[in-house]
Amino acid sequence: MTAAIDAGAAGGGRPAASRDWSSFARRGPDGLLGIDLAVEGIHCAACMGTIERGLAGLPDIAGVRVNLTQRRVRVAWRGGDAAAAACDGDAVVDALARLGYRAHPFDPGRADIADGAEMRMLMKCLAVAGFAAMNVMLLSVSVWSGNVTDITPETRDLFHWVSAAIALPAAAYAGRPFFLSAFRALKARRLNMDVPISLGVTLALVLSLVQTQRSAEHAYFDSAVMLLFFLLLGRVLEAAMRRRTRATAENLAALRSASATRIDADGRVREVPLSAVAIGDRILVGPGERVPLDGIVAAGRSAVDQSLVTGETAPAPVGPGTAVHAGTLNGEGALTVEVRAAAGETLLDRVNALLDGAMAARSRSVVIADRVGRAYAPVVHLAALSTFLGWMAFGASWETALVVAITVLIITCPCALALAVPAVQVVASGALFRAGVLLNAGDALERIATVDTVVFDKTGTLTLPEPRIANRDAVPVELVAAAAGLAAASRHPLAAAIAAAVPEAALPTDLVETRGKGVAATIGGVPALLGSPAFVGATGEAAAVAAAHPLASLVAVRLGDRPPAVIAIDQALRPDAFAVVAELKARGLAVAILSGDRPAPVAAAAAALGIADFAAGVDPAEKIARIEALKAAGHRVLMVGDGLNDAPALAAANASLSPASAVTLAQSAADAVFLGERLAPVVAALDIGRRARRIMIENLGFALAYNLLAVPLAIAGLATPLVAALAMSSSSLVVTVNALRARSTWSAAGAAGPNRAATRGAGDGPRPLDAVARLSEVRS
Amino acid sequence: MTVLLVLIPVALGLGGLGLIAFLWSLRTKQYDDLEGAAWRVLSDDDLPGTPPEPAEAERQRPG
Repeated sequence: MTAAIDAGAAGGGRPAASRDWSSFARRGPDGLLGIDLAVEGIHCAACMGTIERGLAGLPDIAGVRVNLTQRRVRVAWRGGDAAAAACDGDAVVDALARLGYRAHPFDPGRADIADGAEMRMLMKCLAVAGFAAMNVMLLSVSVWSGNVTDITPETRDLFHWVSAAIALPAAAYAGRPFFLSAFRALKARRLNMDVPISLGVTLALVLSLVQTQRSAEHAYFDSAVMLLFFLLLGRVLEAAMRRRTRATAENLAALRSASATRIDADGRVREVPLSAVAIGDRILVGPGERVPLDGIVAAGRSAVDQSLVTGETAPAPVGPGTAVHAGTLNGEGALTVEVRAAAGETLLDRVNALLDGAMAARSRSVVIADRVGRAYAPVVHLAALSTFLGWMAFGASWETALVVAITVLIITCPCALALAVPAVQVVASGALFRAGVLLNAGDALERIATVDTVVFDKTGTLTLPEPRIANRDAVPVELVAAAAGLAAASRHPLAAAIAAAVPEAALPTDLVETRGKGVAATIGGVPALLGSPAFVGATGEAAAVAAAHPLASLVAVRLGDRPPAVIAIDQALRPDAFAVVAELKARGLAVAILSGDRPAPVAAAAAALGIADFAAGVDPAEKIARIEALKAAGHRVLMVGDGLNDAPALAAANASLSPASAVTLAQSAADAVFLGERLAPVVAALDIGRRARRIMIENLGFALAYNLLAVPLAIAGLATPLVAALAMSSSSLVVTVNALRARSTWSAAGAAGPNRAATRGAGDGPRPLDAVARLSEVRS
Repeated sequence: MTVLLVLIPVALGLGGLGLIAFLWSLRTKQYDDLEGAAWRVLSDDDLPGTPPEPAEAERQRPG
């Protein structure tokens, strides 16, 4: 039932704005226009059947398809484009609400990112490489066994030619991802792991072709395609990991309803996706809604809570001519906002400029794999060169010397080296996903692992993103329930906090809202009041509560002729904030607070959490300066923040985390986003990251050790294709298994301490979206 | 060993069939929802005249 009330309350916030469904429509793979919806609460196969059957009966619908993995529904419209453009998605959303699911349309400007074109390309390459590897290996094994028994040279040549006919086109097709990446790296005068890979594969194929022509005993076609197959496997796993987290992130964006209420030139008010709003358009921001885009207030007066932007918790008054920022929460007055591009001296410009600089600084940090690749490639190429010169010096023909030198290159082709890191990243990101952390970048793990200082933002990070009732125990239960019922009908921002306290409260009747003062109504035949202490007549009680909660906002409630009660509402700390700070300290990390809020609340939070190092009233540039100072002093900094003002600091820090409630800019600047109300994922990310880094280094060590064993054989001219195949597959297997072994240890570690709470907070399985669903229920 | 001239093309042809089948399944987006596909195989919705599942009553839970 709450879902229905919430939906009603949210709808009530928007003054009769119908959604402009045609701008949400997107062409699907079937060629039909349709809409994509992120749906909360899809858990199981039964939900899938219920939704598909329930929607199939509606008119104008050609097909309904639930994607259980991504928790999305696609509805395709019947008829041509013209008919589809006129179709009404409200019927679909209403039908889903009747079935018990809340649905949010995707902004088509963003949704097609996760279409998975890259993934499909890699899978095709993998399939081709797999086909080639299996068949060439079949022929190669015959040649190997024939070479030690009685194969005739003619049969061997035939086998080699057939291998060539399979391997050459397959490598040309399946090797593209590596060839292109190596080419790009060389063009930028850099070396990455793909350079030795491409070189090794190409040389192996050319050498084998020449050897085949000369009817030689050995050809390396199998090494080349097997190498490609193993490497593509790593890339596919990596792409699958990125796609999963991105799909979840897009669902999050849809749940946060990335849409705006646009006032068209003809005066019509339509709800459209953000990508459909142009600069200069006028948008309507209702009471209690978040401002969707930056702009200038054209009409209306209100107070805006800028805590997501500046960290400041006290609302700032706005009127015509004032700039408002995306992500800020509108107070009790409706605003008409003219959308502006980020131009001039707005906060967003300054933040963007700072962000660019900070991002450039981060891209200079080199991931382990590339660092090893950079050192590895020259060593290998030098070894091959000296092998060639050495054999020449000992009187071998230049052909023999060249064959041996190329064998060295093939043997050292960094197959296990290239798998060593992605395999761990995939397993670790899976573990993080279950702990409620979505990774933005694969290399973030390495950076998170090495931090020694954690800097928190206060508002929305250490504290919950929405205010809470602070003195619930001091207020009689029936008065809290009455207040919740009255608040559910009000649009005041503070009302949401009260309404969330008792979601099942009875709704009042005869409601009259006095703007800026409060609401009066009847509950069960008894008159009830909720509003400012003066409006309710509880100024005396308010003084006592204000003394106990100096930073809280006060709301009074009265039911019948009983004495009124005063409810204090403030930004509560996240439930496990204290435990997490203690855990971090126990791991030997320094903890600090950098907040844009006033000194008093920051000092209070720091005292409650036992953090000695804190700074209040810090602006974005100063946040960067302080983080740079920490870095200059030799510290490696993890920044945790949610606001627009934190975004540059998030990018400047060595590693960064952002809660799911953060502004979009902060989320994209952060290395990872964590879900739920708890802070525990921060500790989980740190633990998993450290472990992952250890295993990555272990794996790189294994891979290099294999090469150290195989290279002397190759230099001595003893490495046959069989030796190459054995070295390659066994080293790849070892690093992959080592990466998997880590997974079981992580879940064991996850069963103790705050990680466990994190896992529970994110649902029992890999369902972070449900945690978000719960979160958004609390908030709306 | 002339039998090889038959066996190798046969082996390659069978492998090629598998490859084509995989590429076809990829093109028809059968890997887009692995979790859902696992459950769809159990549902009888595609059979004509199946009564609706009693799941409607069970699933009043969310909210």
